[in-house]
Amino acid sequence: MTSSNNTEIAVRASGVEKVYVSGDTNVVALRGADLEVRCGEILMLVGPSGCGKTSFISIIAGLLKRDAGQLEVMGQDPQALSTEARTAWRLRTVGFVFQQFNLIPTLTLAENAAIPLILQGMERRSACEKAREILNHVGLGGREQSSPVRLSGGQQQRVAIARALVNSPKILVCDEPTSALDGATGLHVMELIAQVGRMPGRAVIVVSHDDRIYHLADRIVRMDDGRVDRIETPASRRNANV
Amino acid sequence: MPIFALKMLFGDSARFYGMLLGLAFSTLLISQQSAIFVGLMSRTFGFITDTPQPDLWIVDPAQQFLDDNKPLRSTAVQRVRSIEGIEWAVPIFKGLLVVNLPDGKRQVSQIIGIDDASLIAGPPFMVEGALTDLRKPDAIIVDERATRKEFKMNKPPEGGEPRPLRVGDILELNELRAEVVGICKATQTFQSQPVIYTTYSRATQYAPPERRMVTMVLAGLSKGANQAQVIETIAERTGLSAFTGEEFTEKTYVYWMLQTGIPINFGTAIVLGFFVGVAVAGQMFYNFVLDNLKYFGAMKAMGASRKILLGMVFLQASTVALLGFGLGIAVTSIFGLTVPNEKLAFRMTWQIPLIAAGSVIIICTASAAIGMWRVLRLDPADVFKG
Repeated sequence: MTSSNNTEIAVRASGVEKVYVSGDTNVVALRGADLEVRCGEILMLVGPSGCGKTSFISIIAGLLKRDAGQLEVMGQDPQALSTEARTAWRLRTVGFVFQQFNLIPTLTLAENAAIPLILQGMERRSACEKAREILNHVGLGGREQSSPVRLSGGQQQRVAIARALVNSPKILVCDEPTSALDGATGLHVMELIAQVGRMPGRAVIVVSHDDRIYHLADRIVRMDDGRVDRIETPASRRNANV
Repeated sequence: MPIFALKMLFGDSARFYGMLLGLAFSTLLISQQSAIFVGLMSRTFGFITDTPQPDLWIVDPAQQFLDDNKPLRSTAVQRVRSIEGIEWAVPIFKGLLVVNLPDGKRQVSQIIGIDDASLIAGPPFMVEGALTDLRKPDAIIVDERATRKEFKMNKPPEGGEPRPLRVGDILELNELRAEVVGICKATQTFQSQPVIYTTYSRATQYAPPERRMVTMVLAGLSKGANQAQVIETIAERTGLSAFTGEEFTEKTYVYWMLQTGIPINFGTAIVLGFFVGVAVAGQMFYNFVLDNLKYFGAMKAMGASRKILLGMVFLQASTVALLGFGLGIAVTSIFGLTVPNEKLAFRMTWQIPLIAAGSVIIICTASAAIGMWRVLRLDPADVFKG
């Protein structure tokens, strides 16, 4: 098990490689990707389809194993943990916002948002109470007992954000959080992520194709062909465009 | 998470009710057809279960089942009585005779002639009159069901409305007078003929004369006698076969199972019920898991352990199984309680709900296992792929 005392760096990845084997074919997804994500920052991972963004955040979030390279997430190499320990680590450390929301339609908004707390062993009533508070925080106060199917896409993504943050994770991983939404709604959702997700001890990693939200990032990491191609800030990007 | 698992199950109401009805229908088919099968089979050896007194049932070795009468010589009773270990032995006449009713109706009935002296092998339950009334002249005891059905007096001798046969009525058996002295309850025969009890000597008078009139010999063992040895001795000295009640029941049951098409007919319906469950409920449950796979995947990514996810699927499967089974067995029970036994052989033994429950468990376990396998194989990273 690797560990680090540096709490300023949330994610430190160097030379990360990932190859998918499908029959006789090897598909190289990552070819030595390097990345540092600082606590308190919002980092956007951008690049063309197939450049390895999803593989990279899956490895960072402990969902996927790398084939080579080094990785520390909040001082821990998730791959060094057993499957059970990694699952428990993920539950404590990582919050997820998915492209398709993945809200369970037969549960109320509060119940959906409370899932991570219940998985952590909190009693259902207390978990739902805490979920109500965070739903209120994302602008869905008073609708805790509603069903997700009655909500617009933007509102559903707000519930997903509440669910991702309810147990105060140290890393928030958002996969294309605006791609299923129209432009204005997507911008509002990303503003919400930036507003409620940014915390001194938390890093937010957003995978996105949507360049209308890039200005909300602290840094923009552009990937190409399985590597980090360049790192920009919204300001440097603006200057380059000028 | 158990409550969430149940809300996921109940929330998908169309599929939930589909699974519920599929399992209920499957349970109904399996249990109802099994109960009718057991009911019919019970009728094939009803006389044995109605007659608990003898330790041994002694018949011709060629006899394959209870009603496969192969009459014995009249000396058979004495020969059995002479065997060491036999305390008593009585002859039984059992055969079909035509009964003439006062209104001219004729009805084939099963006549059981029991020992004149001991009245061993009499009916198990008397509704009216007493077994000892058989000692009266021309006395017969008639099965209660027959008094309302086959022996119903459509034109009573005294006139008036049709009425059931009752004590005091006179019938004719093979042109000979027979007076009803009692009404009894006996297990219905497989062919549903009326059952008439009388004494052995009177039964042999009613029956057309034959050289051999003893249908079987019933015997009781002396205290401390070795049953197996007595059976062996009977075979050696008389050439007859002796069985305990259980063995004779088993022999009869096996005959009907192996030599008739009844088990195949009922077995087909029972297997059909099982496959209805597999096809409808099993398939629906599997689809239910498939539809929820993205949510299980999201929970797996969020940090739900395998144990939690499998527990959720197991709870969903066992809940729908329990409810479906409960509904099906309730409908079967209502069916059994409302349809008169004399119209339909229905006998729900304790094994039948167990068999139905076992089938439902197999259906749900198999579909849940396939669903669980999909959940276990689910790569949590797949949730990022939509």
